[in-house]
Amino acid sequence: MKDWPNRLLARFRRGAAQEHSIAPATLRSDRFRQAREGDWRRLEAIVTAVEKGRLRRISDDDLLDLPVLYRQLASSLAVARETSLDAATLAYLEALAQRAWFITYGPRRNFGGWFIGFLLGGWSEAVRAIRFDILVALALMVAGVAAGWMMVAHDPSFYAMLAGQDPARNPASSAKQLRETLFGGQDQDALAAFAAYLFGHNAQIAILCFALGFAIGLPSVLLLLQNSGMLGAMLWLFHGKGLLLDFSAWIAIHGTTELFAILLAGAGGIHIGRAIAFPGELSVMASAAAAGRRTAPVMLGVVLMLLVAGMLEGFARQLIDSTPQRLLVGGFMLTFWLVYFFVFGARK
Amino acid sequence: MSPQSHLRPDQREIITPEGLSLRLTLAGRSARLGALAVDLACIGAILLGAGLALVYTQAGLGQWAKRGEAHHAAQFLFILWTALMFLLRNAWFLIFELGPRGATPGKRMLGLRIAARDGARLTTEMVLARNLLRDIEIFLPMVAVLSALGGPSSSMVNWAAAGWFLLFALFPLFNRDRLRAGDMIAGTWVVEAPRARLEQALSAHEAPIDYDFGPAELGIYGEYELQTLERVLRENQAPAMEAVARAICAKIGWSAPQGDEVRRFLDAYYTALRARLEQGLRFGRRKADKHDGQQP
Repeated sequence: MKDWPNRLLARFRRGAAQEHSIAPATLRSDRFRQAREGDWRRLEAIVTAVEKGRLRRISDDDLLDLPVLYRQLASSLAVARETSLDAATLAYLEALAQRAWFITYGPRRNFGGWFIGFLLGGWSEAVRAIRFDILVALALMVAGVAAGWMMVAHDPSFYAMLAGQDPARNPASSAKQLRETLFGGQDQDALAAFAAYLFGHNAQIAILCFALGFAIGLPSVLLLLQNSGMLGAMLWLFHGKGLLLDFSAWIAIHGTTELFAILLAGAGGIHIGRAIAFPGELSVMASAAAAGRRTAPVMLGVVLMLLVAGMLEGFARQLIDSTPQRLLVGGFMLTFWLVYFFVFGARK
Repeated sequence: MSPQSHLRPDQREIITPEGLSLRLTLAGRSARLGALAVDLACIGAILLGAGLALVYTQAGLGQWAKRGEAHHAAQFLFILWTALMFLLRNAWFLIFELGPRGATPGKRMLGLRIAARDGARLTTEMVLARNLLRDIEIFLPMVAVLSALGGPSSSMVNWAAAGWFLLFALFPLFNRDRLRAGDMIAGTWVVEAPRARLEQALSAHEAPIDYDFGPAELGIYGEYELQTLERVLRENQAPAMEAVARAICAKIGWSAPQGDEVRRFLDAYYTALRARLEQGLRFGRRKADKHDGQQP
């Protein structure tokens, strides 16, 4: 920083030199530059302010003129490329055109504005856009549940493989033990922490399920099958002890939201996998990019749904201890999501 | 001559909605790795700081008079921690890339930003999509490799998993546009954020030009030599300028200028040559360099 007097002087001289340079321009390209330089510098000042996030310092006039100045610069650049051999000026124009382009075509709305539009129709529209993949994912989940049930019914030793080792819940547990896993959780006091943990865990799994769609969708399919296979095995287990309805209600209170979210995440993964494997008329890249843009809002929705599911699982399931009430809440949530996705705003 | 022919291997041309062609320079792989390292270091530092703060708060809770309250407070801390982990892992990149600069602090530091590949607007959906895949590109490969390396349980299965996830992590090495898997899904790419100052015009002089170059003297050089000359003049180093002046004079059969005259001679030659080449441009004739046979 010791050379600041020199730098200040150099800057001053630079300004002075530019004033001198106005008079004797002999080249047509220099006269072209002189005539437009003021507008370029004005655009540069606006662009710099936007880049630095100092939007308030930009006057209304400048903001209104931004598109005009940008278009003028675009035409200046096009002319300069054809008529000027001043490499420094061309480099300046190229860079400024890019910066202005980034501003003009950067993410325009702030996330808040986008998010409100997302809640008021963008989300359900995105879900409806992949309804074919949702049907495929639903079929896979139903098949997974059936397969899980049949595998354990055929040989109970598959249970540990499908649903994991659990001392309280396995084919050797008595009906009383199983019943205890479903009821009597009200006196737990770490519910909020439990809800937060469930949300974090499930959301990460859902994001994984979606992201793996990139590998032509196969891992998404496997994750769907594995999750529903586990559900099938547990259904079989509780059915055998006459607790099927109670277990269904225990699952349904948060499951209608959580399983729906997993279904959507899997459908998103399948959609992307399908777009990469069968791009149709588009190039693979264009097809993948279009699919990604279609499914990204669905995934944001999945995360929100899992937040709701985490709360339902952490609080509602523990606090509501009767099967009819649990079924009621679960059924209400399912109806709510179905109406929101497929009735709300669908007028085509 | 289309601008296409000027593209370097790491440059791509896009057409903006106004029909303007822009030359974007793809971000280097090492620069992107550096940017990622900066971001991960930031995340790590925040986690470390927050973790320490939480541990100290937790320790302080022990002195609480009523046990129940301490318990609730500890629960609240746990929720805070879970939320922070989730946000840092998933929202750090998202929030910064949605801003006006389209770049995380790491990218900003290394002069990079993201842009839409088709030249149109960078949308919220694109930024969401490219960041949803970060998990399988960064965190899972790290976990997989660490679990394959460490512990007695390391086995073929672990290495197979690590290899599978490394495919995602190393994706940018295997394609021309250096796209991450997330870039591919979102239709984005990472480019250099351009910076250039408007330099003073070299061809505008205060003093009148007292050199007179004829077509024979100006016809030997093309655009390449003109721009080399421009660079030498802007750098303004006396030995380089003398060497260039000698080379030009040897070519056109003049005696080389000395001392202060060197700069005046080169300025005059630059202006005259540029005037001639630009005149040629207007008539649709382009002379790329001295070997270009087409006389302007």
